[in-house]
Amino acid sequence: MNRTQVRSGKSTDKARSGSRISPQPEEKFSEIKKVIEKYADREGCLIQVLHEAQQIYGYLPMEVQQFIARSLDLPLSEVAGVLSFYSFFSVKPRGQHTIRVCLGTACYVRGGKKIVDHLCESLNVGVGDTTEDGKFTFEIARCIGACGLAPAVMIDDTVYKQVTPAKIDAILSRY
Amino acid sequence: MSTVKVKVNGVEVECPANATVLEAARLAGIEIPTLCYMKEINAIGACRICVTEVSGARGLVAACVYPVAEGMEINTNSQKAYNARKMTLELILSNHRRDCLTCDRNQNCELQKLAKDYNIKDVRFGHPEELKPQIEDSMIHLIRDNSKCILCRRCVAVCKEMQGIGVIGPNDRGFETHISCAFDRNLEETACVSCGQCITVCPTGALTERDCTDKVWNALADKSKFVVVGTAPSVRVTLGECFDMPVGTNVQGKMVAALRRLGFDKVFDVDVTADLTILEEGTEFLERLNSGENLPLITSCSPGWVKFCEHYYPEFIPNLSSCKSPQQMFGAMMKTYYAEKMGIDPKDIFVVSIMPCTAKKFERFRDYQEAVPGLRDVDAAITTRELARMIATAGISFKDLPDEDFDPAFGISSGAGVIFGATGGVMEAALRTVTEIVTGQELKKLEFTEVRGTEGIKEAQYDLGGRLVRVAVASGLSNARALLERVKSGEAQYDMIEIMACPGGCVNGGGQPIQPQSVRNFVDLRAKRAAAIYDADKEMKLRKSHENPVIKEIYDTYLEKPGSHKAHKILHTKYQARSKYPGVAVAE
Repeated sequence: MNRTQVRSGKSTDKARSGSRISPQPEEKFSEIKKVIEKYADREGCLIQVLHEAQQIYGYLPMEVQQFIARSLDLPLSEVAGVLSFYSFFSVKPRGQHTIRVCLGTACYVRGGKKIVDHLCESLNVGVGDTTEDGKFTFEIARCIGACGLAPAVMIDDTVYKQVTPAKIDAILSRY
Repeated sequence: MSTVKVKVNGVEVECPANATVLEAARLAGIEIPTLCYMKEINAIGACRICVTEVSGARGLVAACVYPVAEGMEINTNSQKAYNARKMTLELILSNHRRDCLTCDRNQNCELQKLAKDYNIKDVRFGHPEELKPQIEDSMIHLIRDNSKCILCRRCVAVCKEMQGIGVIGPNDRGFETHISCAFDRNLEETACVSCGQCITVCPTGALTERDCTDKVWNALADKSKFVVVGTAPSVRVTLGECFDMPVGTNVQGKMVAALRRLGFDKVFDVDVTADLTILEEGTEFLERLNSGENLPLITSCSPGWVKFCEHYYPEFIPNLSSCKSPQQMFGAMMKTYYAEKMGIDPKDIFVVSIMPCTAKKFERFRDYQEAVPGLRDVDAAITTRELARMIATAGISFKDLPDEDFDPAFGISSGAGVIFGATGGVMEAALRTVTEIVTGQELKKLEFTEVRGTEGIKEAQYDLGGRLVRVAVASGLSNARALLERVKSGEAQYDMIEIMACPGGCVNGGGQPIQPQSVRNFVDLRAKRAAAIYDADKEMKLRKSHENPVIKEIYDTYLEKPGSHKAHKILHTKYQARSKYPGVAVAE
């Protein structure tokens, strides 16, 4: 995973582009297979495999989970159970970028909820959904460990500090 | 074994150095409550009901997993521990749907007992009126109601660790956590084998068998039906537990008396068709041994194992014996041979089987289980627990019943038939018959002790009239898996394998009486129940299947000889490969 970068809302840096040339599904499966082969002998490698598979495939639909379960010789229920436990794994196709508004205690009291309400309206999505144009997936995070920057918003691997409803529109316009 | 001395509530006890606080307390006569803990299968310290005060520890410790140390002072009943347990209980109860009066596990529920023991008079938390049943009843044998689940994960542990299947697991997180299949699909869309082990370990009424007693009561009330019942070998050594009798009590005579009082027209013994199985399977084995084809022969009596084979090891389907199980042979013989003998239209015969097994409910509906086309061989398969329920409903004072004998037409069986109920029993029964057939000489010693015992995998070699026969026995499906992998890799070679789905065999089946985990953790149910079975065999005059006069008569007057065309039509079946992920599109 790339190193997390912290930016202020004013930053004019070119936002990270989430786009990359996406290979065909068969190629993705063979890439996932390589990941599995890399970790196959290590006990407790499931989460690592899921992470990398999600990076390759974009999300983890049933077929991918089943492929991983069979390759690692794990019960499908275990793969699906681990996946449903961690909020960073997704079973639905994801937008090009992921917005995560922090609603940990510090961010919450500093106005995180207002950002959530604002985004629901301006993007016309519910929490966990992806915008119609496929650009953003909108999620809530429970403390990203950036309480000093509250309220914080993460877009992909970038953290934006002291965000307000007004600032978030400007930030999103750069993606 | 090295030991340490600890003090439990001020009383000194000596215990093994590798004991847990729970085990040390037990030695001192104190039972610390547990919910999630299952010895050797689920030691996760998760439910926190066993928290106990221990000298030197920072807070309360989970007694089920905390190791003892020399000089440790354990206080099982400090107020701190008591308050913590009570709070945990209240929290568990806060989202447990408490319909105790109408619950299947009323008076046999570990949570209910704890609520009583800890004097819970009021549950301060939660909104019980909002809890609705969450029923999943896609399978023939089982009903899950997650509104009664306490997330102890015992079902998950037996399914994955003991049976090596793992079709259920925890999904989601926090308040949303619930036990279900991958993607919350129904169990019927998974490779569940219907063994029912999850039911026997559930502390509450979240997992229960599908009750078929109404169907049986209706048949008994229907005067146009001739209702026959057959009891599986192991039921006679477990039924007593439902009436507070000690584990391992043989209640065959009382069981027969009770069935007669329930109103069955004939009370028969499935041991007879276990004997019949031996004749058919033994013949099949000798044929395969001569031709060298499809060896090792693998037994097919256990429907949980058969379904496991179809899902997970379809390459071994040709090795399965084509014999129906004793239950299905019983039904088949009732609707053909017995119907003809008695001059009853098979349509009017209603066959009930009393089984230690939930997979038998599934087996009844399998394809190729109709000796008379259009009629199921068996009309109702009920578990030991369901029979106990019927006896209670009928107000029969079980303990006071006299001992009675089975009806003779299908009531004379051999010791070989009885031992079908324990792991290794089918193998031993087969060896008794096959050896005598091949050598033409009477066996001097009938006990094949190498294949007895509760070990997961057993191996032996026997001289069969000059030919060395290699056999293996596995019980519990993770053991079956280990054994089959060795066969697949060529590491081990056998001529015959017996596999039973449940650890220890039918005596520990998914339909057997439910013993609380506090008993299961310290008493080997499998060994005690099996001992009663082997005792029964030892006391019988008739101990070999092929000497059973009922069997002889069946072949003389009806089936001609073992393996005949007619026998194949009535007593044999077919299998089908099933997907390992039935509900999921397979990505190659």
